[in-house]
Amino acid sequence: MTEIATPLWEVFIRNRSGLPHKHCGSVHAADATMALQAARDVYTRRGESVSLWVVPSSAIIASDPVDRDVLFEPTGSKIYRHPTFYDVPDEVGHM
Amino acid sequence: MPRVIADADLFEFTLALADDALVLGHRLSEWSGRGPSLEEDIALSNLGLDLVGQARLFYTYAGELDGNGRDEDDLAYFRNADGYRNLLIVELEPGDFALTIVRQFLYAAFLHPYFAALCRSTDARLAAIAAKAVKEMAYHLRHSSEWLIRLGDGTPESHRRAVEALDLLWGYTGEMFEPTTAEQRVVAAGIAPDRTQIRQPWTTTVDAVLAEATLQRPAQRGMQSGGRHGRHTEGLDRMLAEMQVLARQHPGAKW
Repeated sequence: MTEIATPLWEVFIRNRSGLPHKHCGSVHAADATMALQAARDVYTRRGESVSLWVVPSSAIIASDPVDRDVLFEPTGSKIYRHPTFYDVPDEVGHM
Repeated sequence: MPRVIADADLFEFTLALADDALVLGHRLSEWSGRGPSLEEDIALSNLGLDLVGQARLFYTYAGELDGNGRDEDDLAYFRNADGYRNLLIVELEPGDFALTIVRQFLYAAFLHPYFAALCRSTDARLAAIAAKAVKEMAYHLRHSSEWLIRLGDGTPESHRRAVEALDLLWGYTGEMFEPTTAEQRVVAAGIAPDRTQIRQPWTTTVDAVLAEATLQRPAQRGMQSGGRHGRHTEGLDRMLAEMQVLARQHPGAKW
């Protein structure tokens, strides 16, 4: 099938009520209804899902891998952003 | 509750439901690895597995009613075509994707309301099988309806193929509404729904989906039947030969 007739859709499933939907893969389908059906057929065969989302892949705005150093590398030196950086006095107990 | 029906009648009725499910399930399985897309390949296999699962439950119950110690495998693998009691529509060779979808649609549009009625059977076993199967058939109907709408209202080629499939299959739809004499006794005993009563909801569903698919209902004409009496098309012989060969060459084999 051609990409124009059956564009790509990203599939998200929620496996238990209360948990967030997680990305699990993609399907080709002509429209939203067929994409939801294909997602059900391909990704929920073993009782994985209580809810499904499909989103046109073209609607996802992705970061450019070239920008990795600029966007993500600087956080490597900010270890004080992790809670484990701080010594919590014993008297505080569980936080 | 006293049983007012002969086990032989109930056996024949249950066996026919099992044969319908197994034969169509096997026809769908023939698409495995050959589907028009990866997504639809697995979807058709899923539909086939639903039907094979239904067949196993009906065969197991039929074997118990039969009382000769036959289990589901004996009934599935050790009867020839003339012993099968399935409707002709389910045994026709799969043809192209349009034929597979139109058949699934015409059949699911019948079986969904039929199983909904069978859920109210006074026979607890049949009611329990129907309660499981009715949800599966609801999805078969939805899946095939959505595809049929897109084939009918799609490209000139998909429309033409949908029309051809509908024309070919229409003459096999009448048999869905014909109870055998054994089945009539099962209906009279309150165990089975009257399949002639399913025609009205079936027609409503078919007309609505065909209209959305920009397809016309084929003109009334003579209807093919005979499957319930063991009169089948040649295609069923070939299908059973392939389906049964392993079990017959290695009886009792386990893997």
